Amino acid sequence: MQIDLRTVSIQPLRQTFDHLARRFGDKPASRYQEGGYDIQAAENLHYKPTWDPDQELYDAKITKIVMQDWYALKDPRQFYYSTYTLARARQQDATESNFAFVESRGLADMLPPAVRETALKLLVPLRHAAWGANQNNTLICGYGYSTIFTQPCMYHAMDNLGIAQYLSRLGLLLGDTEALDEGKAAWLEDSAWQPLRRYVEDTLVLRDPFEAFVAQNVALDGLLYPLVYARIVDDTLSAQGGSAVAMLTQFMTDWFDETKKWVDAVLKVAAAESDNNRAVLQDWIRAWSTRAASALLPVVEIALGAQADDAVGEQLADFRARIQKTGITL
Amino acid sequence: MDMKVAKKKLGLKEKYRLMTRDLGWEPTYRAKDEVFPYVNYEGIKVHDWDKWEDPFRLTMDSYWKYQAEKERKFYAIIDAHAQNNGHLNITDARYLSALKIFLQAISPGEYAAHKGFARVGREFPGVGTQVACQMQAIDEIRHAQTQIHALSNYNKYYDGFHAFADARDRIWYTSVARSFFDDAMSAGPFEFMIAIGFSFEYVLTNLLFVPFMSGAAYNGDMATVTFGFSAQSDEARHMTLGLECIKFMLEQDPDNLPIVQGWLDKWFWRGFRVLGLVSTMMDYMLPKRVMSWREAWEIYGVENGGALFKDLARYGVRPPKGWDDAEKAIDHMSHQFMLGLYQWSFGTSFHSWIPSDEDMDWLSAKYPTTFDKYYRPRWDHIRKLAVAGTPFKNFGLAKLCQTCQLPVVFTEPDDATMSCHRETEYKGEKYHFCSDGCQHIFDNEPEKYVQAWLPMPSLFQELNGDIGAWMNWVGLRDGEDNGDYSGSRDQRNFDQWRGMATSNT
Repeated sequence: MQIDLRTVSIQPLRQTFDHLARRFGDKPASRYQEGGYDIQAAENLHYKPTWDPDQELYDAKITKIVMQDWYALKDPRQFYYSTYTLARARQQDATESNFAFVESRGLADMLPPAVRETALKLLVPLRHAAWGANQNNTLICGYGYSTIFTQPCMYHAMDNLGIAQYLSRLGLLLGDTEALDEGKAAWLEDSAWQPLRRYVEDTLVLRDPFEAFVAQNVALDGLLYPLVYARIVDDTLSAQGGSAVAMLTQFMTDWFDETKKWVDAVLKVAAAESDNNRAVLQDWIRAWSTRAASALLPVVEIALGAQADDAVGEQLADFRARIQKTGITL
Repeated sequence: MDMKVAKKKLGLKEKYRLMTRDLGWEPTYRAKDEVFPYVNYEGIKVHDWDKWEDPFRLTMDSYWKYQAEKERKFYAIIDAHAQNNGHLNITDARYLSALKIFLQAISPGEYAAHKGFARVGREFPGVGTQVACQMQAIDEIRHAQTQIHALSNYNKYYDGFHAFADARDRIWYTSVARSFFDDAMSAGPFEFMIAIGFSFEYVLTNLLFVPFMSGAAYNGDMATVTFGFSAQSDEARHMTLGLECIKFMLEQDPDNLPIVQGWLDKWFWRGFRVLGLVSTMMDYMLPKRVMSWREAWEIYGVENGGALFKDLARYGVRPPKGWDDAEKAIDHMSHQFMLGLYQWSFGTSFHSWIPSDEDMDWLSAKYPTTFDKYYRPRWDHIRKLAVAGTPFKNFGLAKLCQTCQLPVVFTEPDDATMSCHRETEYKGEKYHFCSDGCQHIFDNEPEKYVQAWLPMPSLFQELNGDIGAWMNWVGLRDGEDNGDYSGSRDQRNFDQWRGMATSNT
């Protein structure tokens, strides 16, 4: 039997704020709705930016993508600050346990030397690529239009930083500070890394926030994460006795699976908006993913050698199938 | 920092360096100017970004952990507050005017700070600086959201909250705060840091948040005070960032000093004008008062600010130019402001009221040299009109200051009987100002301030003076959101509901 506690019952005057009632009706709004919709200033902006007087302070026209309502780009995870931090706090807890497990049982020392070397050579330089991703997502958040589109980009940027830091820890655990130095030298000078570094630097000059979103979150990370963390670390290295490495990169695997749902949802809504958007997205994704695939090839070779070509080719096919589902044909 | 790293014994500083600034590199495929296009035009010279001292060392794993802990507590409390009709525990529904102003004018500022810090978190070429700014960017969206969430329950029961998003962009008094943040965001990255990171977060934040949050605590507002406590450790980080920023600029090159000093002068005065709203809240809007605006200024302005500028003197920095004028305004501003708000209360989405005898006695005790002499007689006159059934209403066009956007309601710094008004002619147009400080700001950057959107002229031009149409446009419901608290729906409901909660009738 359920007994309801009695509280003083008062009839509310209204269920929600006007701007939310206009969008969703006068019913109680979720915290995602309250924390995201229409909270960016939209009208009567006072001054043009001195850093670029051709722009408005919040300007939907700095991208080629045109949306009638930028708030349509909903995040299926419905992340606002609180749900985001709670989710990541749980994941960092698991990651911490994984690091502790590997450290306390000396699993790093038990790795076959070849696996350890591959892991270091492949993963440590990626901390710089993750920093590049942080830069791009920070830019999208800063200059993109509408909180619903931009707030997940800030969360994503902080995730990118977190990943760069986890990779740094992995490097220190498996190879100490020398591993970080060598990884950075490789990133700057080794021929295997130059196409990727060039790709990243080319994205850092993009000023169209949506193109940056495509080049980074769709194209590059859409290929890099499944190739490096799923195919190489979780499959190949684990089969060679390197499960400990997979424990250290579990965050990245889980993170990609989670975040790609958001990336796909953004693409789907933007593409469905107009033929123009679809065409622009198609061009961008085609161009950036082709480049990303060839930039990743020498990186994948570090772990897969002669099989790298097939691996990248297969991943590119998977990637195209994934994009196809968002309504964009490559 | 939590990260357990390294077999080598690494110091905390070195570990943090590996986790942050070691991630960056000098681009070679693209020019640095292309990657960081906005960092040079303000004239600030930085020779070595590595000299940046990290103001705090927080890696993402610790950030997630600590912040999640705070979030859990915060939402548990505001859920309980909503469930148990916590709004009935406030001293009196007059208190809510302060919250309404906060939600319409300050929370959007938190959001603007979020965007601004995301931008500078991308534009500075130093990784250490970028990471610190990015953390503030994500913190600021937290503050905007926790404020909206904390006040959401009040909106269900009281007027004046429901159209905060419309008010933010359209109503006249929010443009004081909006133009302040728009001004900072339209400036370059270094000026933004002085404006928001230093002047606002460091010099003025205590004058804004301490009174607000203490006011909430004194007046039984559990939701707001919880937000305040929860934001405190974030604010501590933001303050150290602001201070590090100004020191970094001053240490990098002596040529930076005059530029930074100019920004300090500007942003101190800009911020001081925004704080006018806080003075009114402290002296008039809190049913249970924490301290007077004058007392708050003594502690957080004179003492803290004095110590700060003494500390900065070694870099050649002098206190902001408007400091003395500010001091002279302290005993007047809250009264002048509340008198203005009361006479224009037809156009505010919050209530104002005539202070009671008890209120006025408190004000004379706190302002012995000014209140009885200048302001009590005016309130007495206004009260007489109200009692006679002909309340004092000003439907006239308030002249707004072109810079700070407040109505020109202040007096001369040295003569409280003379209304202060300044004028500049620029390219054949006349512009009006409330003070020397605001006029100087305009004169230094006229091309910027001629662009200002002034809400009052727009009301009269675009809507042909049709006040009803204007109210619809700003989301203000006449007879509910505006006017005198006495006789308002908020008053009626609060008294009735509180009666239901505290008695058996």
